[in-house]
Amino acid sequence: MATKKKEQNHAERLAQEQKAISVSQFFERNRHLLGFDNPIKALSTTIKELVDNSLDACQEINILPELTIQIKQKAEKKFIIIVEDNGPGIVKEQIPKVFAKLLYGSKFSKMRQSRGQQGIGVSASVLYGQLTTGKSSKITSKIDPKKPAHFYELHIDVNTNEPEIVQEKEIEWLNKDHGIKVEIELEGKYQRGRLSVDEYLKQTAISNPHANITYIPPDNKVVKYLRGTKELPKEPKEIQPHPYGVELGVLIRMMKASPSKTLLHFFTTSFSRISAKTAKEICDKANVPLNTKPHTINHQQADALFNSIAKTKIMAPPTNCLSPIGEDVLTKGLKKEINAEFYTAATRPPTVYRGMPFQIECAFAYGGDLKGDELMKIMRFANRVPLQYMQSACAIFKSSQQTAWKNYGLSQSKGALPTAPMVAMIHIASVWVPFTSESKEAIAHYPEIVKEIKLALQECGRKLAIYLRRKKKDAEVERKKSYIIKYIPHMGEALKELLELTDAQSKEIQVILKQQLEAPPEEPKVGTTVKTK
Amino acid sequence: MTAKKQVRTNKETIKVIDSSAKDVYTKILKKKSPEMIFPIRALSNVKYDPKKGFFELLGKYKTRALNVNTIKAFAQTLKMMGLSKNLLNVNDTATKREAYYVSKNWGDARFKEQPESDTVMDDVEAMFGINREQLGFIPEEKGGAVAGELVVIDKDPNTGAKLKIDCTKFGSGAYSVPTSVEHLGFETKAKFILAIETAGMFERLNKHGYWKKANCILISMGGVPTRACRRFIRRLADEKGIPVYAFCDGDMYAFFNIYRTLKVGSGNAAHLNEFFCVPQARFIGITPQDIVDYKLPTHPLKDVDIKRAKDALKNDPFVKQHKEWQKAIQQQVKSGQRAEQQALAKWGLNYVIDKYLPQKLKNDKTWLP
Repeated sequence: MATKKKEQNHAERLAQEQKAISVSQFFERNRHLLGFDNPIKALSTTIKELVDNSLDACQEINILPELTIQIKQKAEKKFIIIVEDNGPGIVKEQIPKVFAKLLYGSKFSKMRQSRGQQGIGVSASVLYGQLTTGKSSKITSKIDPKKPAHFYELHIDVNTNEPEIVQEKEIEWLNKDHGIKVEIELEGKYQRGRLSVDEYLKQTAISNPHANITYIPPDNKVVKYLRGTKELPKEPKEIQPHPYGVELGVLIRMMKASPSKTLLHFFTTSFSRISAKTAKEICDKANVPLNTKPHTINHQQADALFNSIAKTKIMAPPTNCLSPIGEDVLTKGLKKEINAEFYTAATRPPTVYRGMPFQIECAFAYGGDLKGDELMKIMRFANRVPLQYMQSACAIFKSSQQTAWKNYGLSQSKGALPTAPMVAMIHIASVWVPFTSESKEAIAHYPEIVKEIKLALQECGRKLAIYLRRKKKDAEVERKKSYIIKYIPHMGEALKELLELTDAQSKEIQVILKQQLEAPPEEPKVGTTVKTK
Repeated sequence: MTAKKQVRTNKETIKVIDSSAKDVYTKILKKKSPEMIFPIRALSNVKYDPKKGFFELLGKYKTRALNVNTIKAFAQTLKMMGLSKNLLNVNDTATKREAYYVSKNWGDARFKEQPESDTVMDDVEAMFGINREQLGFIPEEKGGAVAGELVVIDKDPNTGAKLKIDCTKFGSGAYSVPTSVEHLGFETKAKFILAIETAGMFERLNKHGYWKKANCILISMGGVPTRACRRFIRRLADEKGIPVYAFCDGDMYAFFNIYRTLKVGSGNAAHLNEFFCVPQARFIGITPQDIVDYKLPTHPLKDVDIKRAKDALKNDPFVKQHKEWQKAIQQQVKSGQRAEQQALAKWGLNYVIDKYLPQKLKNDKTWLP
């Protein structure tokens, strides 16, 4: 047919234009997806990625983090960012790939709670710096006190997504046992305020009170966030994925790649919470023999298996893989950075959304230096990382708005956050935090997550309400006392004037009145009573 | 019905104040909680006996015992009593606003706003059953305007010499009722007193010499009549034995805020109504029936008017006593319309003088009690 031939011609012509674009090229065009949409954000995203990685690295080797972050301003829009840590360092061979190859990392495939997740971050910053300044990034790594450090200058080949080594040498790094120092030059803009690097580091210090953080902003006025606890976060365990959380495509890929000889073996070893009995149940329901070789499963069978998983009752995933901050440490973190009069915290028991274990924590700081005529401030954290952007799209924000704060003694306009001198810090710990986008700014509205956030807020709210009631009562007693002292002299003076009393007589009744009114025992007669005469 | 002379000498008033203060003092010395007893000032504590002709207290009292919550009010009340005593001692007066400013010397016991000081003043007044003028406090507002066949006998405030004020000689102006009227005397041959709601209507009647034509005394109340205005009309009507006719708008506010207060006093100051009321007053217009009879231009009743009407039917002891008023209210609510006295101008500016008032005065069937 003529038309068919024509189509083929089109297709052939198009095929000549079609070629694979590299990941690097893709992100060069879509850098907003990763949080590099504007110069202000680019600066903070880069620092965020580096700091998150450093904290994760220190946690892996159970060491108290010592971080130094410096922002040097080179020109109006040119900045050099230097982040140094005391983590384990990275072995020489891995350095180019970790820093100059996108989507390379160990975290993506692991079912374990960690700050970074996709392994995009650091190399994206390197790429961004390279695109905006043409400069390569400098990385120094030391893995052993007895060995020299390695210094690299790296570039990313945007066509192949492969690292290009500009310079490589061994150097002496004095007074350092191990760690990494990363230097990236980029185009950016430095700003203070709610969305600033300053605020991000302050919040990081709150959610990581075990870290010492030194911050040198462009004006060289050094800020030191000192350690508030020596308690290291519990090392999160790695778990197998839970079947409820696996999508069909992923299931097919897992089966194709599986070395297992039977589905029984595949299910029981690749997932958590699947026993031989459960595996049999799944296969029976799907009408697929239990001894089928996983990589021979066709699409139809996979679909049947996927559906039968949903229909099979499977135990919730283990939750010991989570590492919450803990009520005590949460409070310590808030206390060290916010001067308030009342602190409280609540850590909810772990639970599950879509087969992923997660846990919500919440802490309040109330009063003190905080301003009372403003809306409550929310600090959002995901796996200890502060979330600064897209607040109103986040499940944490929505849940806070929907909480009935009036029940806890705060004033709240309809559908708004309460007006109170208060900071609410909310933390979600999960092996896989469901963000609404790759730039990791807002948490998705899973009903299970929203419910848990609300419960955590309510738990803290109840404690706050008790405090506020007691405070009000104390203030009332105080007010009454001051009231008595304030007006007794006027009683004395008025009677003195009316009845021409002596000073002594006036004093006498003032003394009596003070005794009578301050003594609480017999409840004084009700202020006004109605009676008929 | 004659008005009691309710004049006390300053000495007598001081005695009342002293004994009350003494009582507080002795109670404190005996380590007992001193109390102040006030009649409750509200319509719910008011009864109306048409024979007596005014709202009087039902006898509900509230007791303010001294405790932490009442100590401020207690101290302020004593201070206010002290101020009154000082004024009476030197035979001076202070306006309500001045009293409020005096309190600014009282340190923490001072009043923040004048309504607070007015309330305490009302408390003292009610507690003693003595009107505030006798306690040395005078109101800010003027009493009302008078024109017509009347000679008021007053004294020169400086020399004490007798003054005769002829109310026919004010031309296009009028005699102004003073804040205290107890000392005034009257000479008149007028046949009646016409108490008028609005200054505008008073102007028209005065300008065209209606008082000469009808041989009467015109008094402009200017809205709700002040105590002095009520007392002036009362004394004049009692002493000269002449009737009082009220000529107001045809709406709920005129019926129950203006006319009823003129006739039987207010619910808020029932402890004093005996003196500040004009029981012989009659309402000649504008009645709801007038609106129909004279085909007056109207405005629709507002929600507040309807609420006011329902409230009057349910709670006002005066309305409960008078079937005619109940009917009138129901008629007005049903029609949903109200009319102002100046609406008569529809038939010509002097229609009110030439037709309306003569017709109404002739036919007492068209009045309301």
